[in-house]
Amino acid sequence: MPKLVKDGAIIEDTWQRLDKPAGDAADVAVPEGQVIVPLSVWLAQRNALQARRDIGVWIDSDENALELGEDAKTLPLVAVHFPGFMDGRAFSSARLLRERLGFEGELRAVGAFIRDQLCYLSRCGVNAFRFDDETTDLEQAKNSLKDFTEFYQAGVDQPVPLFRRRA
Amino acid sequence: MYIYDHYDHEILRQRVAQFRDQTQRYLAGELADAEFLPLRLQNGLYIQRLAPMLRINVPYGMLNTQQLRRLARIARDYDKGYCHVSTRQNIQYNWPNLEQVPDILAELAEVEMHGTQSSGNCIRNITSDQFAGTAPDEVVDPRPYCEIIRQWSSFHPEFAFLPRKFKIAISGSQMDRAAIQVHDIGLQLVTNDAGDIGFKVLVGGGLGRTPVIGSVIRDYLPEAHILTYLEAILRVYNLHGRRDNKYKARIKILVRAMGPETFAQAVEEEWQHLKGAQSTLRSEDIERAKSYFTEPDYQTLNDAQAQAGVDALAGEHLAFSKWLQRNVRAHRVPGYAAVTLSLKPTGIAPGDVTDSQLERIADLAERFSFGEVRTTHEQNMVLADVRKDELFELWQAAREAGFATPNIGTLTDIICCPGGDFCSLANAKSIPIAEAIQRQFSDLDYVYDLGDLDLNISGCMNACGHHHVGHIGVLGVDKKGEEFYQVMLGGNASNDASLAKVLGPAFEAEQMPEVVQNLVNVYLENRTDEELFIDTYNRIGIVPFKERVYAKAG
Repeated sequence: MPKLVKDGAIIEDTWQRLDKPAGDAADVAVPEGQVIVPLSVWLAQRNALQARRDIGVWIDSDENALELGEDAKTLPLVAVHFPGFMDGRAFSSARLLRERLGFEGELRAVGAFIRDQLCYLSRCGVNAFRFDDETTDLEQAKNSLKDFTEFYQAGVDQPVPLFRRRA
Repeated sequence: MYIYDHYDHEILRQRVAQFRDQTQRYLAGELADAEFLPLRLQNGLYIQRLAPMLRINVPYGMLNTQQLRRLARIARDYDKGYCHVSTRQNIQYNWPNLEQVPDILAELAEVEMHGTQSSGNCIRNITSDQFAGTAPDEVVDPRPYCEIIRQWSSFHPEFAFLPRKFKIAISGSQMDRAAIQVHDIGLQLVTNDAGDIGFKVLVGGGLGRTPVIGSVIRDYLPEAHILTYLEAILRVYNLHGRRDNKYKARIKILVRAMGPETFAQAVEEEWQHLKGAQSTLRSEDIERAKSYFTEPDYQTLNDAQAQAGVDALAGEHLAFSKWLQRNVRAHRVPGYAAVTLSLKPTGIAPGDVTDSQLERIADLAERFSFGEVRTTHEQNMVLADVRKDELFELWQAAREAGFATPNIGTLTDIICCPGGDFCSLANAKSIPIAEAIQRQFSDLDYVYDLGDLDLNISGCMNACGHHHVGHIGVLGVDKKGEEFYQVMLGGNASNDASLAKVLGPAFEAEQMPEVVQNLVNVYLENRTDEELFIDTYNRIGIVPFKERVYAKAG
């Protein structure tokens, strides 16, 4: 089973992620088990999927995380997707999920992001990292979370900017 | 000047360690080229035509003598004994070895300097007025705000992978010397009727392929809210700026596509969620930043007496009087003046300075200007706090060191990018064109008589040489492998900012000195007593210039 970094530890990934549907999102059959569905599938099948406790939602970089609305508070997992590691929209989406929608579950980065982005991603509220590139050394990746231990600006991890904390 | 505390040092130490590790992984083949690319760029490292280029931030242009001496040492130990002042007040090294860059950054960190975010798709160095704190027309000293924004933008976790680079400039004076109308965000410090400090906010200006004058999206933003408001602008840009085409990815394209009013509204909506958060500045936060930019130990001087002494010496020494007129500016404190050291003598690439020259400048700064120096976006250096009664002595020392060319603001004070001699983006060389034009106008009296005339040269449409805002702009273009130069007229980077218009078909390099001579001749034949080149151009229009240049060239 593939692994991921979550809350600073390496664990097995028990979730399955569905691709975006080519056709109508309402027609997608969502399998049993822990499944991360595309935003479009969630929005189309919300009423049925809400009854399940094992559904997460993934948001692509060109999708608006705010469309989850109040649902965010009930979901166990939301993922933000990197189609390429240079596409930095997921950083803003992550903050909106945490700071605007009050999402408190597992916020997972998925896709083509790289190890060197982990520290900033965690500052934006991401606490789980599932690399597309399965050759990524997760032990080393874990260490990147600690690239910086002090920061100037407010983040999800530290809402008080340094200028208010300076002695 | 801002002084690092243990927090700043620790953050920068961690940055150097991070980049050392990334460099080692790259050299060991563990990090792919494409992945290393943005990481090295965000530490200032480009891979250039001949060698890597390392860009070091000079935050809002401020340097102390310890930093100057360290820059000199790095130029000597790691480079070929010189460096370059860029058009965004930064310092560039042209010949470092990739393997040694982490060591260079470690040496810089010791003197509170770095290359963080000097390149890449992130918030770049904050630029400002080189005469900040000393200019008579200053409304509010911009430097404390520059520092507050520098800290906020440094290592910002949300905005390190923007659609494209992002440049912020801040002006606190009546005359804009920071070109805020051609930045992604331009901030003008203002006071309202109650005397409270705030910002006029401009967005979406820029040069490059699509030059645009910025749009005002807010006339008055109280100073307390600057960070949350900037965060709102950057978030709207990060989420909605185009990522499908790098030539359409700057914020100016987004602002133009949405329309400035709609863009302003989107920012306002985002800001309503951020307003009042912990990033709001309290008065003690602003006071703390201001405490680093207190006045140096000015003496109480008799200005009239000092000026009389200067005038007397100017009467005896013609060269000194010309230097006074071109390179010395008024200061708000009686008995003091601000002096620009010219890095534009003919025959030297504009903005280039050697290791020993940097050390000479450090000596001069210690002796004459409280140990501080500023870099300018026109690629010169400034001693901002010189006693008038020491100007003659400084002039003599500066002349001996080669910095007293009395050409500041004139035709030979050319803004020029490194161009095809160094830069891998360039379509054409720019430095030899600057030199050829300087040689054409080698008669200082003649140049002096022409008065203020901005000539800006870029070697490609990325416009590092700010050619769109030169009174005369020159753009290097490539036509089937041959280098040609397009000429444009009527640009202006200051308060009444305007973009230059193309004169006509491009010229060969050899024609350029004559072309500029013809433009100058049209000005000389048409000017009234009070008119500068740009005034005459604005009055008579482009046609007389066009007719002359193409009649002669054709």
